Parts: sequence; C-alpha cells; structure tokens
Amino acid sequence: MLSPERRVSLGSRRPGVIRRRLRLLPVLPSVLLLALFLLAPVAWSFYASFTDVALSGKAARDPSWLGLDNYARMFSEPGFPLALWLTVVFVGASAIAGQNILGLVLALLMARGNRVLSRAVGVAVVAAWVLPEIVAAFAAYAYFSRDGTLNQLLGLAGAHGADWLYAFPMAAVVLANIWRGTAFSMLVYRAALADVPADIMEAALMDGAGGRQRLFFITLPMIRNSIAGNLMLITLQTLAVFTLIWVMTTGGPAGASTTLPVLAYQEAFKFGDIGYGTAVASVLIVVGMVFGVVYVRLLREAKQ
Amino acid sequence: MSAPLRAGRPVWSGTTTAASALRGRRRIRWTANAALGVVGAAFVLPLLWLVFASLDAEAGHATRIPRQLSLANFAAVLTPDLLFVPLANSVLLAAGTAVVNLLAAVLAAYPLSRHPSRFTKPFMYSVLFGTSLPVTAIMVPVYGLFVQLNFLDSVPATIFFMATTTLPMAIWMTKNFMDSVPIEVEEAAWVDGASGLVALRTVVLPLMRQGLGVVFIFVFIQAWGNFFVPFILLLSPSKQPAAVSIFSFFGQHGAIAYGELAAFSILYSLPVLLLYMIVSRGSVQAFAMSGGMKG
Repeated sequence: MLSPERRVSLGSRRPGVIRRRLRLLPVLPSVLLLALFLLAPVAWSFYASFTDVALSGKAARDPSWLGLDNYARMFSEPGFPLALWLTVVFVGASAIAGQNILGLVLALLMARGNRVLSRAVGVAVVAAWVLPEIVAAFAAYAYFSRDGTLNQLLGLAGAHGADWLYAFPMAAVVLANIWRGTAFSMLVYRAALADVPADIMEAALMDGAGGRQRLFFITLPMIRNSIAGNLMLITLQTLAVFTLIWVMTTGGPAGASTTLPVLAYQEAFKFGDIGYGTAVASVLIVVGMVFGVVYVRLLREAKQ
Repeated sequence: MSAPLRAGRPVWSGTTTAASALRGRRRIRWTANAALGVVGAAFVLPLLWLVFASLDAEAGHATRIPRQLSLANFAAVLTPDLLFVPLANSVLLAAGTAVVNLLAAVLAAYPLSRHPSRFTKPFMYSVLFGTSLPVTAIMVPVYGLFVQLNFLDSVPATIFFMATTTLPMAIWMTKNFMDSVPIEVEEAAWVDGASGLVALRTVVLPLMRQGLGVVFIFVFIQAWGNFFVPFILLLSPSKQPAAVSIFSFFGQHGAIAYGELAAFSILYSLPVLLLYMIVSRGSVQAFAMSGGMKG
C-alpha cells in the first residue's frame, strides 16, 4: 500500500479518482477467488455442455462440439425427466412442506410450551443439523435399514416394517432431509416470532380474536418476509443435497431416488461423460440462478 | 410471546369466562408440551443409535442398550491410519479454508464498509447472488477445471476452492459486523497519521474480534463437515479428510464394523459440536441469519 504522505499528495494533485479506485484494491483478492473458482466453473459448465468432453480417452484430450445434442438427449432418455421429477418431489416434500412447516410449528410450540422442554427439543433438532453431513447420513441409513430403529419401533407396535431404503427410497430420503434440515427453519421462525410486537397480539386478544385467527391474520402476515426468505434458502440448500442421498441409497434402486445432483455426478464420474454431466449440472445452475435472482429481489424490497 | 398472552386478560370478562380461559390456556400448554415431546423424541432416535452402537462391541443396525458397555470400538479406531491422519487432514483443510476466507473477507469488507461507492451495492448483491449457486452442481465443472489447471489432488487448491464457496457468506457477515464498529474510533487513528489498512488492523479488527470469531467458526464447521468437495478433488488417501476416509471405511468394513463406524463418527463430530456450542451462546441468530436475511 501507499504510505500516508504519498496518498495525501497524490490525492491533492488529482482529486479523488485514483485515490478512490485505490481504496477498492483490497476487494481484489475476493474478486479473483470468486472469478476463478465460481464464475469460471459456471462458464465452463455451459461451454462443456455443448461438447462431448469425457473423463478419459480421445474425447478427454480433444473434445468436439456437439451443439444442443446433450440437451436433446436429456429428453430422449428416461433418466433426466425422472431425476427432474424426483428433484421437484424432494424439494417440495422435504423442504417447502416438511422443514418449513415443521420448523414453524416447532417455533410456535416452543413459544407456548414448557421452557426446559423447549430448550431440550431445540438441542435435539439443532444437533441433527450441526453434525457433519456424512455422519447424519450414516445415522439416517441405520435408522431406515431393514433391521434398523424404525422397523424396531414398528415391531413394538405390532406392525410389519419394510425394507425402506429399497421399497420406498424417496420417502426415506425425504424424511431424512426433514430430520437433517428443520433446525434452520426453526431458528429463522423463532427469531421472527420474537420480533412480532407484543402489543399487537394483545390488541387482537382484546378484540376477541381466537388462536387460529391470530395465527393466520396477524402472526403469519407479520413474518411473511421471513417465510419468503426461509423458503428461498431451504429450497437452494435442498436442491444441492448430494451426500445424504448418496450414502443412503446411491440414487437407487434403479434410479428411484436419483435427483439432479446425483445424476450429474453419475453421468460425469461413473460413465465418464463430462459433457452430458455438465449439461445436467447447467440445468441445476440455471434453476439455482432463477431462485437466486428472486431471493436478491426479495431482500432488496424488504430493505427498502 | 407467552408473556403477553398471559398478561392479556380481557377487561370485560366475568369470573366464569376467566376461569374457562385459564383452563383453555392450560390445555394449550399441555398440548404444546406433548407435541414438543413427540417431535423431540423423533429427532433424538436416529442419534441414539450412534451413541449406543459406539459403546457396543457387537453393534448392528438396530438400536439397543449395549449388553456390556465397552470402549473397544473407540480403541479400535484410535490408530494413525484410521483416525489421526484423516483428522489432521480435516484440521488442515478446515482451518486453511477459514483463514483464507477470513483474510479475503476482511480485506473486501473494509472498503465496502468504510468507503461506500456506487459499486458497493451492486457488488454486495452479486455476492449475495453467489451464495445461491448450488455447490454440488458446480462440482462437475470444477473437476474439469482442476484437471485443466493440474490442480487435482492439491490440498492448497482444494482449500482455495472451499474458501471461495463460503466466501460470499463470509463477506456479508464480515461487512455487517464491520458496519457496527463506529467510524469515529477510526477517524482518531487517521488523524494520528495511520493509513486505512493500519487503522483496520490496530483499531477496527480488535473491536470486532467476536464477530470475526463467529465467521471463522462458521466457515470452519462448514469445511469440516464437507464431504462432496474433497471426495471429488482429493484422490490420495493420505490427503483425504475424515469425512472422505470414513466413507471409504464404511464401504469396506461397514457391513461388519458398525460399532467402529459409530465410534469414528462421534470422535469426528465432537469438534464441530463444541464449536457450535461456543458460537450459539448469544449469537445463534447471527449464525442462522448468515444468509443475509437481516441484510
């Protein structure tokens, strides 16, 4: 950096411009990192999705241009439409419905229930979220396996269990992801509920509003920004889930729990077709970008 | 929220309605507690297996109280190859990622916080947009990029990549923390002739060290738990962190050694549980809102 005296003299001779530019210099390392490791891969992903670049062999060294072939292939093979559908199911059931609603319900219950109990339940919910994802995935795998805890419980109740990971792989990974991720929504909603002014609640109570009316006409509208922000974030997080599914089912059996990240991984690394793998990845990136734009807009509006 | 509800006694209510309202509130409280108990039990159950199996020399998939408490599983995994080398690799990766992240984020946050210009807002929103990229989606292209640049199986390159994936979040958090340090403290240092970066190091950073700690731990936890990135980018077993080595171990011995798998999982999870306990004291919100929800 420049010494203070030099900066002052420079600034006084050429007012402002250079000095103001120089002030931005410390941002450079971050910009370089983001350009090299985030922007470049995204750009390369779009480029490679139009080629037949492979993991090994001739197409690895000298890939040729395919145009839209990879994208056309997506819709002629059953793998991609199925994975797209399963991704929608996974995000819809485990994040938008499961984590979001359970998180809100937990936050509401904690505001009414016993304080010690609330804290204990909070610790249990957060523990599943803080654990390294691979450990959480192992625990979920053991829980749903043929002689696992779930079937033990069903046995106690006199019911016959199933081999969940083979018979109902999507249900198993959806429940596992609800277990894994609800803590985030719970924390968001606890913070949001704490910000709802007490006097508004009191006024509604005075007017004779019942519990359900207070929830739907006062509480939920007041925390709608948190709800929207939370939905965006958990959707993005759930779109990217790979490890949980990979450890529990490796996307099987026969692709029955293969979501888009798992499909992109399999095409690129198991079948060595980086071109097709990046095409699948590019679709996922575009979906992420759409949600990202909406999310940024939402936050800007909330701030203005 | 429960306090105002209890305080909000309708003025017009006679004794009978007051009594029934009290009964209603008790019923709500009881229902809430019961529901909380059920959900809490459902969340604890999968974790219970981990604890019981680790202490049971004959553990399987099933959850059961060990017939005989035994530390044999822990003893079996406490070897350099199984545990110490992978854990050391995890420390290197996670700490390296956190340090790179913190340095880049502090440098970037300083001009953004202290010298706002017309670039500041667009830059911050682009960074926020960057947080929304699904990282698993870019792993295939990142692998391709690493092959081209000859970065594959390089620990420093992996550290820089992992740091970049959490950098957008870190920049937002760091800028918010820096914004809360009043500029007046710094102006005194400027008057004394200190340059911007000197003032940053001697005045601003010490005042925001708690915030920096939160950012550091936040990034460290993310990197420590990351499985997919090192799984793709690091090939030699001698460089792989615990997240990846535990997966290979599971693939090879999992069918027989569930107890050891559970013991390994617990030892590997302890550091992040402890770190989370440190940050969650008073700043759970900062942690959860790190996505910029409070912008």
